[in-house]
Amino acid sequence: MSGAVNRDRRGVAGRRGQDVRSDLFVAIEGLDAEQIEVKLSSRVEAYFGDAIRQQVKEVLSELGVRGAIVTIEDAGALPFVIGARLEAAVRRAGWAPKNRWLPEAIDVPPRATSAGRLRRSRLYLPGNEPKFFINAGLHRPDAIILDLEDSVSPDHKDAARLVVRNALRAVDFAGAERMVRINQLPLGLEDLEEIVPQAPDLILIPKVETPEQVREVDEAISRALAESEIERDLWLMPILESALGIENAFEIGRASPRIVALTLGLEDYAADLGVPKSAEGEESFYARTRVVNAARASGLQAIDSVFGNVDDMEGLSRWGMSSRALGFQGMGCLHPRQIAVIHEAYRPTRAEIDKALRIVAAFEEAEAKGLSVVSLGSKMIDPPVVKQALRLVKQANQLGLMADGEATGGES
Amino acid sequence: MNERAKLVTNAIGRPVPTVVNGQEQAPYKGVAQTDPTGHKQAPPVRSCKDYPPSGDKRVGSLQEALERCGLRDGMVISNHHHLRNGDRVALEALQTAGKMGVRDLMWFPSASFPCQEPVIDLMEAGVVHHIEGSMNGPLGDYCSQGRMQGMGVLRSHGGRWQAIQDGEVEIDIAVIAAPSADAFGNCNGSHGPTACGSLGFGLADSIYADRVIVVTDNLVDFPCIPWQIQGNNVDFVVEVDSIGDPSKIVSGTTVITRSPDRQRIAELVARFVRDSGIMRLGFSFQAGAGGIALAFVTYLSRMMRQAGVKASFVRGGSTKYLVEMLQEGLTGYILDGQTFDLDAVHSIATDPRHVPTSPFTSYNFHGKGNFASMVDVAVLGATEVDVNFNANVNTHSDGRLLHGIGGWQNCLAAGCTILAVPSFRDRIPVIVDEVTTVTGPGQLIDVVATERGIAVNPARQDLLEALKGSDLPLRPIEEIKAEVERFCGGKPKKAQVTDKPVAVIKWVDGTLIDTVFQVAQ
Repeated sequence: MSGAVNRDRRGVAGRRGQDVRSDLFVAIEGLDAEQIEVKLSSRVEAYFGDAIRQQVKEVLSELGVRGAIVTIEDAGALPFVIGARLEAAVRRAGWAPKNRWLPEAIDVPPRATSAGRLRRSRLYLPGNEPKFFINAGLHRPDAIILDLEDSVSPDHKDAARLVVRNALRAVDFAGAERMVRINQLPLGLEDLEEIVPQAPDLILIPKVETPEQVREVDEAISRALAESEIERDLWLMPILESALGIENAFEIGRASPRIVALTLGLEDYAADLGVPKSAEGEESFYARTRVVNAARASGLQAIDSVFGNVDDMEGLSRWGMSSRALGFQGMGCLHPRQIAVIHEAYRPTRAEIDKALRIVAAFEEAEAKGLSVVSLGSKMIDPPVVKQALRLVKQANQLGLMADGEATGGES
Repeated sequence: MNERAKLVTNAIGRPVPTVVNGQEQAPYKGVAQTDPTGHKQAPPVRSCKDYPPSGDKRVGSLQEALERCGLRDGMVISNHHHLRNGDRVALEALQTAGKMGVRDLMWFPSASFPCQEPVIDLMEAGVVHHIEGSMNGPLGDYCSQGRMQGMGVLRSHGGRWQAIQDGEVEIDIAVIAAPSADAFGNCNGSHGPTACGSLGFGLADSIYADRVIVVTDNLVDFPCIPWQIQGNNVDFVVEVDSIGDPSKIVSGTTVITRSPDRQRIAELVARFVRDSGIMRLGFSFQAGAGGIALAFVTYLSRMMRQAGVKASFVRGGSTKYLVEMLQEGLTGYILDGQTFDLDAVHSIATDPRHVPTSPFTSYNFHGKGNFASMVDVAVLGATEVDVNFNANVNTHSDGRLLHGIGGWQNCLAAGCTILAVPSFRDRIPVIVDEVTTVTGPGQLIDVVATERGIAVNPARQDLLEALKGSDLPLRPIEEIKAEVERFCGGKPKKAQVTDKPVAVIKWVDGTLIDTVFQVAQ
């Protein structure tokens, strides 16, 4: 029984071509009969052809598609990608399924991260490029960002959202904090609906100019978390990318208790000022220091923008060190090889750590003796210096820079 | 000659034929378990009285040379792959034989390349009966489909020398492409417009073949210096317009992998070499010209510089990265088997510390020792490796024969053998339960380094001991395999093959380590 093709039910998703790897192209056409026909060509046919045909049937069954011809050109996509592309094609064809097909979640679901964790490096992964996902965590960034915004073209937003959703379940990011950059509202609300039930650790909100924008996202997250009965934390990091956003930095930082850090986008900011973005970033000096100050004033981390030239490691290193000197705690990365350079740039020096340890020891000694004044040798140490030293020792502890027996002070 | 060979099981449990192309075979017995006896094969005795006293051995054409060598049906013709995918001479020799109406030749190349795909037409026409030599790409595919008349025989570079010395292969006519030669037949690969570096792959043939033809596009005045091939072994010299396409012989610039995952593998391997203590004053290493191997060389160079460590020698596949090490003094010598880019070709022609070698010096089982076992660490690739550390470089997981052995098996004699491989390609896991074809036994493979971690062969407790306290991601091989299978969606389906053997894989001593079967359609 071969059904007639339903001309109104056609959808395509994914990509094809010589250079495509670890992805696939799917075309689906509705049939007026209960019959699933799979036409598969695959680079891995000999190994996984049967598994792919089986998965197609499972996905379509879960999505309630009973009659269809599915044509697939596969370039070695992993199952979580196959599911996402197929679902995108089904939705584009107009089936409006009530269910989602979700890949099996990895054995050990990542635990929620803490508000004050290390965020030196966050690696951007374009949301519609799944081939970069599976090994991203191996390069040991503190965080990965699955990006649904600027790296995804408008006509792929819906498809990228499903790839990212599935990746949050199926991909082991090796302990990196799992961040998602959503689109600006209202499109971002659709992102949240798919993403939040998969419990990412943090949502980046782009192009924030007012506290209201944050509150709107915050409420949407609360609703989605409640619906999914998720009780873990989900942090927010607003990105300030305009003159207005920078001016409102302090109010924005206080717009939600979920906010743990403020960051900024310098491409858009320079465009807003109407000046070219320079290599050394003179035009953004005010914006950067403003963000650092506002973040500090609201008890948040200040996180720098990205360094665009992925071939210039020396420039990156200089930028990272000046960024740390300005008061930032981390920055973004566009390429895995930037990660180690950034970590090195943000690392406290041995001399800084040694000095901080001496101050902390003096502080502890003074406390034990009930002295109100801390002194090191003949020098008096002011309270802010003690505070700074405690913070640095804590950071050195987090970074594992302490030798055995050193990790005394700074526990908090 | 399509005899359905009887199969026996060898020492690692693989089925191998007892007869191949009419010759009795011995199954693989284990590492260093073969004790050769008797004497080496020798070519027929010749006399200088039969050669021109002037030393001018030139003849007008390749056809004339082949005629005067007495080319006839069923002969063994050998060629060499130092011109790689730019070679014009091998195909020209076989096609000329075809025009002369000769049939059933056995072609004995040191390796074949995609540029020799037209040999398929010669096999279809009956000019070439079968190939004994590494078969890359289209020729391997042809063989896998069971379309070749005889069985393919794959040997390592060292194994080829052993087969010649054992008389297992008696070469009737060797045709050697030479970037520089004189009329006497002295030749080298380091000079001339089609310079390729070393001519080592043709050396055995020049000594043991019945007849030797040198083909050059750069005839120089006597004497051609240096002479890696000696004219005293050469019968005829043929001058042609071009022996090959320089752009496909060497690459202008060798490119290091830009893939962050492969760079990570390279860095892990370099750290392994450093942290295990192998990287110490006077050590030696060998790394090929693949993307990961090149990146490994740059990482290791940096670590050697930081630690103030110098190598006594390195073995190539040479590229500009090894040349830079030589020039900087990070190594005393490059002992070069193959020369891959322009910088390396220039270096071998001008720097006496950059020495051309041959499979005789480096790999030969019948040598009184060879360089391969003197190398402290070799970094190699593989298409598959199994949980017992057996590795495959010849077939893809679907059973198709697609790569030669090269010097890979021979390099396993190094003090430490590291396979630097991604844990999966597309969706295809590289670490499997059992490799499709065993090219090298796990007994000789010490380390498998992937982007997800490094697995050390449990037999190498000394390495594990040396790495105690190291922050390298050392993991059991089964654990890496399980992780990859999880995200790939299970184990891949095994290769579907028939029971017809189409090629055999020889171990370095001439025994059969495994068999390639015809792929099922």
